[in-house]
Formats: sequence, C-alpha cells, structure tokens
Amino acid sequence: MNGAETMKRTETMFLNLGPSHPSTHGVLRVLLELDGELILRADPDIGYLHRGIEKMCEYRTYHRCMPLMNRLDYLAGEANLLGFCLAMEKLLGIEVPKRAQYIRVMLVELTRIASHLFWMGTHGHDLGAMTPLFYAFREREQIMDLCEMVSGGRMFPLYFRIGGLAADLPEGFIPLAWEFVKSFPEKHQDYHTLLTKNQIWIERTKGVGVMTPDEVLDWGWSGPMARGSGVNWDLRRDNPYSSYEDFDFVVPLGKNGDTYDRYLVRMEEMLQSNRIVRQVLERLPDLPAGDIKVQDPRVSLPPKDAVYNDIAGLINHFKLIQEGITPPVGEVYQCIEAPKGEMGFYIVSDGSPQAFRLKIRGPSFVNLSAMDKLSRGRLLSDAIALIGTMDIVLADVDR
Amino acid sequence: MNAAVELLQNKFPEEVVEVAEFRGDTTITVKPGHIVDICKALRDAPQTSFKYLSMIAGLDYLPQSPRFGVVYNLYSHRNHNRVTLKTRLADDAAPAIDSVVPVWSTANWHEREAYDLLGIRFRGHPDLRRILMPENWVGHPLRKDYPLRGK
Repeated sequence: MNGAETMKRTETMFLNLGPSHPSTHGVLRVLLELDGELILRADPDIGYLHRGIEKMCEYRTYHRCMPLMNRLDYLAGEANLLGFCLAMEKLLGIEVPKRAQYIRVMLVELTRIASHLFWMGTHGHDLGAMTPLFYAFREREQIMDLCEMVSGGRMFPLYFRIGGLAADLPEGFIPLAWEFVKSFPEKHQDYHTLLTKNQIWIERTKGVGVMTPDEVLDWGWSGPMARGSGVNWDLRRDNPYSSYEDFDFVVPLGKNGDTYDRYLVRMEEMLQSNRIVRQVLERLPDLPAGDIKVQDPRVSLPPKDAVYNDIAGLINHFKLIQEGITPPVGEVYQCIEAPKGEMGFYIVSDGSPQAFRLKIRGPSFVNLSAMDKLSRGRLLSDAIALIGTMDIVLADVDR
Repeated sequence: MNAAVELLQNKFPEEVVEVAEFRGDTTITVKPGHIVDICKALRDAPQTSFKYLSMIAGLDYLPQSPRFGVVYNLYSHRNHNRVTLKTRLADDAAPAIDSVVPVWSTANWHEREAYDLLGIRFRGHPDLRRILMPENWVGHPLRKDYPLRGK
C-alpha cells in the first residue's frame, strides 16, 4: 500500500453524549456516529429513569397514583396532575365546580411559565449564555413559592384532587399572585434583551433543527414544537377543557420551524400564560369561596367535621381511603396542553378501584423520537441545541 | 355518524368488529389483518384526515383470549377530533401485528415500547429493539403475569 492510499482511508467515530452530561437535561445517552464533526446518525438511548409508573398504577387506588403523576414531567407537576384528574373525571362522568376549574387553570399556567423559564435558562446555558439562567430562576422561585403555599410542595405540588382541589386558596396567595402577574411582563422584557437579538444566539439557533408542518404531524410533535413550525394547534383553544374557553389568549406561531422560532414561540407563550393568570385573578372574587370540589360521596372526601362527628361521614371517609374510587367499566383518553406538548392519559377501567391499564402519553418521549432525523448531517454542536429546543424531561420520557 | 366510522364501514365492512361510544370518545374495534390499510385510509381521506398519531398502547387482557390488544389514538388537525382504533391479536403465545411506521413515523418509538414492555411484535418495523428496559432484560414488565417487583 502506498502512502497516498493510506491518507484516503477514513472511518467514522462513535461518541457517547451522556448519560451524565449537563446538556442532556437528565440521564439521556445519545450514541452519535460522527464523520469528523458531522453527525451521521444519532441514537438516543433512554430508560435510565424508567420507574415503571404505568405498572405501579395497576396495583394502587387512583388517589395513590397521583403522587406518581407529579413525577412524570417534574418541571410541571401541576400540569400532569390536571391531565390525570381530568381523565378520571371524564371516566366518572363528573364536572368540577367553576371555581376549582379556574384555580386549576391559574396554577397550570403558572407552572407553564415556570417550565418555560427553566427551559430558557438551561437552553441558553447549554449554548453558552450564562446570564438567562439567573434571571429565569429568580422568577421561577416566585412561582415555586406560590406552589408551596397551596400544597406544601415546591417541585411536587399535590394540590389537585380527583373531583376538585384539596382546599381553597390559602390566605395571602392572591396578593402574591397579583404581585407576580403585574411584575412579570417587565421582567420578560429583560429576557428579550439577553437573547433575542444576540448574534451568537441567532447563529446557534437559526436554521437548526428545521421541521416542516407535514413532518411535524408525521412525527407526532405537539405543543410549542409544533407551533414553531406554524402548525396552528393548541388543545386549550381547539379542544377546551377546564373552562379554557372562558379566557382570552393568543396562540403564537413560528414560520421557519427552526430552533430560533421555537424559542420565540415559547417566549411569547409565557406572556400569554401570564395574561390567563391575570384573567383568573380578576374573576375569582365572583365565584363562591369554598366551592372547590364535587359534592359526591363516591369521589370527594367528606368535610373533617362530618368525619369526626357523624357515623355516615366516618364510614364514607374510611371507604374512600381504604377501598378508593370505583369508576364504571370503560375507557377514556384525555389530554391537555402541557408546557411541553400533548400530555395524554388513557385509562382502561374494569370497574375495580385499580386501573386495568393506565397509558401515559408523554410529550417529551414523542418529541425526542425525532432526534435522529433532526441531527443527521448537522454538526456535533447542533446536537446540544437540538436537545435544548426539545425541552425534554427524562422523567417524562422514561416514565 | 362519525366520519371515521362511516369510512371504515364503507371501505372495510369485513374488518369492523364493533363501534363504541363512551363519554364522547369513539372507539372502533377492528380485526388486526389490514391495520396498515385502515390507518392509511383514515389518514388520507379528506373527511377524516387523521394525520397525527397520538399514541399506541399495548394491552394484556390475561386471562382472556385473545390475550393481547393494541390501541391507536388518532387526531385530526382539520376536524379537531379523535378516534381510538382497537384491535385484538390472534396469537396468545407470539402476539404480532403489522407495523404502522410507514403510515406515521412517530409510531416507531411507540411500537418499540409496546414490544419492550408487552412483547408484542410489529412486523416490518425498521428497528424493533427494546427501548426502556436494558437490552439483555428477560421478560416483559407490563404483562399481567409479570410480578410487580420483578422476579
């Protein structure tokens, strides 16, 4: 073999991105096949956080499934809970009072802002912009405080119940929520000054990870990932649940379907969510306080007073805790517009207090499945931008 | 009547087993043999236009026979409605059905998950490997005869 032929020989290289790498947003391993810096193939290896939540739910009462739902997309615990509660309420054929619906909407929209803030901070950080993280966490902290007020939990608020809420809003919540709503638009302006016209940010995100509207549908993308490509679809508007039809908001759309447009869509969504929270706060005083759960002994726990002083109340409480809710035989699918896309719950009931099958359709799982398609032919550094733009939470991918 | 039900009853009268309405959800049970053609028809017909596959769920109905089932949840961005397709697989020992990856690319991971957790084979799948469990795992955790805490 002469020297020239040796020079021509090339081979591809395999590179492990993760499973413990800060930019993979959890325990994700991506096996990359590289030609120099060019990605030939990307194979996400998931399952490191698989806890078998669907299996566990087949062995416990519906109430006891709820803490697990918080642990799906843990950056938006309330949103997962809303989806599960709505699915259960659909199965039971009940509708919760308006006040409970409005409070749920408010908390889920606050959660959406918190989730998007986390995304903005980490996505920026992955691509070399340190500052947004500090700004984002400052405001996210306020939302965490609000979650703590209603439920005692910051990351895993367990405030919603099947059939309503655990309790009405605590004292002092409304003024703090108003404070957040009023100050947020101005702080949101600051975020724009950090990234939106930043030349490095634009170079790293424009034209990266382009999806056409047809490809978006083919790959099952939903939420901001779909809207970034101009797919005009928002479950809150198109299949309203929990009284979303009462609120006024705009669904922002992208044009080019690239990482930059998805960035702009999520940025605008935060402001729209803030608008919805404001509308809830304006209307809450008109709705009777304390009307926060359905008055149905098969579903809602009786008031504590009845449990302590009345035999019927005590038996009711005991049976609901020990045996749980027994929905009718049937199967339902209910989905919501979670911060990351369509979060769906498919519940098959055989009439017993445990689900026969509970299938969770997590948006992160579906969005990540297009990783190979997006990264082929791109540079290694773009893979980091792609993981960031998908806004995945591995707990939601692996379940 | 639901456009999807009408379409399937006209085009595949032999395949439709049952149509059920529950709490506003339409579920059409079909035979597994022509699942790809059925899905293509639902996707391409303008009146249904189910261009988006929301999810695929595998089910284990033990001790019933047929034991395994597959559920497809479809959404139409044109009509903003949903339909659930349900099918029961004939072979209890080696359940298998044709893959719908040629119809919707997103089916790829959903089918891998059903294969991994329930052991349902999807014929013609481009890359049918385990997805959540380790490659060398024995058994399929979501089967009803698989114990909750493993073996």
